[in-house]
Amino acid sequence: MNQLTNAAMSQRTGAPTLSVKGLTITYQAKRGSVQAVRNVSLEVQRGEALALIGESGSGKTTLGLGLVRLLPSTATVRQGELVYRRTVPGTNGGPGAVTEVDVLKLNGRELRQFRWKECAMVFQAALNAFNPVLRISDQFGDTARAHGYLQGKALTDRARHLFELVRLDPDRVWRSYPHELSGGMRQRVLIALGLLLEPQLLILDEPTTALDILTQRNIMDVLKELRQQLDFSLIFISHDLSLAAELADRVATMYAGKLVEISDVYTTFKNPVHPYTIGLINAVPTLTAHKDRVSSIPGSPPDLIDLPTGCKFHPRCPLADLRCRQEEPELVAVTGTDHWVACWNWQIARRQLSNGGKGGAA
Amino acid sequence: MTTLIQLDHITRRFQVKRQQFIKAVDDVSFDVQEGEIVCLVGESGCGKTTTGKMIAGLLKPSGGQIFYRGQDITTLQGEAWEQYRLSVQLVHQDPYASLNPTHSVFDTLAAPLRRHKITVGEAATRAQARELLEMVDLTPATDFLDKYPHQLSGGQRQRVAVARALTVKPSFIIADEAVSMVDVSIRISLLNTLLRLKREMGLAVLFITHDLALAKYFAWEGRIGVMYLGRLVELAPARQLVEAPQHPYTQVLLSAIPEADPDVTRTKQHIQLRSMDVPSLLRLPSGCAFHPRCPCFEGETCEQVVPPLAFFRDGSAVACHPVQRERKLDRVAEPTRAD
Repeated sequence: MNQLTNAAMSQRTGAPTLSVKGLTITYQAKRGSVQAVRNVSLEVQRGEALALIGESGSGKTTLGLGLVRLLPSTATVRQGELVYRRTVPGTNGGPGAVTEVDVLKLNGRELRQFRWKECAMVFQAALNAFNPVLRISDQFGDTARAHGYLQGKALTDRARHLFELVRLDPDRVWRSYPHELSGGMRQRVLIALGLLLEPQLLILDEPTTALDILTQRNIMDVLKELRQQLDFSLIFISHDLSLAAELADRVATMYAGKLVEISDVYTTFKNPVHPYTIGLINAVPTLTAHKDRVSSIPGSPPDLIDLPTGCKFHPRCPLADLRCRQEEPELVAVTGTDHWVACWNWQIARRQLSNGGKGGAA
Repeated sequence: MTTLIQLDHITRRFQVKRQQFIKAVDDVSFDVQEGEIVCLVGESGCGKTTTGKMIAGLLKPSGGQIFYRGQDITTLQGEAWEQYRLSVQLVHQDPYASLNPTHSVFDTLAAPLRRHKITVGEAATRAQARELLEMVDLTPATDFLDKYPHQLSGGQRQRVAVARALTVKPSFIIADEAVSMVDVSIRISLLNTLLRLKREMGLAVLFITHDLALAKYFAWEGRIGVMYLGRLVELAPARQLVEAPQHPYTQVLLSAIPEADPDVTRTKQHIQLRSMDVPSLLRLPSGCAFHPRCPCFEGETCEQVVPPLAFFRDGSAVACHPVQRERKLDRVAEPTRAD
């Protein structure tokens, strides 16, 4: 009975859909090795939406690609563990069996089966993701065939159902070529294609970037509806904080390849304690904020080949001290098990920097 | 304040097929005062960039006139035309594309300085380039002079692009999505640099963006114009436009924007459009181009008559029949501007 996938309900019930432990990914460049993802650990619960936020070069896309093993050949997974769990519903509504997949050990056929069927990714440039000379129907057919999924009428029916869910007119879209669709329609077709094989995890990379405001609103509404009607977890990668505020259950902030803070969405925006998260939230002008409440983070993001010593944020941090320059902090619990931060001075940051922290998080 | 740039019923058509034209910009009128900031916002294809290009003199209007300090720019020739082109400078969206990768920062800045004989001799050119870099907060300037674009971050590159625009001492900067490629954490500092330059040098700025929150921040003391399918549908002081939007399209846009606060954004009321389809510029709806989607659609008048931009006493201007009917008594014939 998974009709109503309320994230709050299913959260912490049973094993997480995905657990990442100590994932480290580097790229080989002429100048040296690019530390794109450094020792990232996180879990995605069943039915949950996790937002990965951070600036360009923070490693969020690399992490996303790493989760589906789609990294380019110049990238290497140095270490880490990636465990994906699929719950097979038990008979008569009884507790289901859980199958575990060690994603980093998959090869060849198994890996292809895992991708898309278990875990699908929707990429940023929606036009490039399609084959321009194939009709949408053929792209769906190819995907289904490659995975031994539904064929013929059953496939058409499934696609129709998905198109309706993403608010597309099935009659118009099914026989179209990608170029005949607008950016927002293509994005929705891609989301539908991502959900075709009923994956348990969908990764969206910048799902609304480069879309107009009204189209963006439409995609966000579609995603919200889909989460209510289908059973899947969602990871979305975005530099847009407001998207995370609206869609996510939990938010993970990345900086220089590392997870620096992770908490539920309300805590992230109301009581952030990492100086970078605080700075990022303050750096985004909003429709309601007064001009004087907006301020930039000084300096610029670090060079991932030549990272600073200690905490990678210290050259830009107003609270940096000697320890920050020498030792890199690891994630520690702020409250209970839900809010984690990697900062030596988070308590000072909460007192001095966070202007939303009136209620106190303790 | 005096009027620096005035657009008078500007139209720009583009030919797409032998007998087919689109109006990228249709009957747009507004002015920019000396030292003023005006933001143009709108979705892609609304004509905001085309408008900017026409003001910069890169495209000729198909109809209407553009006045620079009272002079029709199409009548400018020779020296006067050159002066105009110098006084209006563009900053493009993508600093990765707008800077020549084989030119050092110094080369980039020195070229216009030499070409327009602003500095004479190598030493003076170098000194001027240093000063320009300091003006855009690239300090210490000597560290940056001999760098190449690939050695700079996106934000630093965009600062070089701004410095290059300043080489010829313009009075007007057109910044087309100038910060959209820059990292979020440093966008504001780049905007603040532009604001400081505006203050110190009395620059006027036309800032073209799709981000209304950013427009409100940047044009805090200035105005925002909203464009839809080639037409200017609303023009008002920045904060007024965002806090009390009048045109249904502006209202829909503002209601659709997510906010970086989970409480606010999840309880926000979204105004529903009557249709999600964006009309093609090739087949523009009759009357008000927004009427097939407009939540305030009122029937015949909206369908048949193109609403002109009507000016009101509070300094706002709206092109919408229902709004104009409701505010009949507030209407003023001429734009009342604090001169």
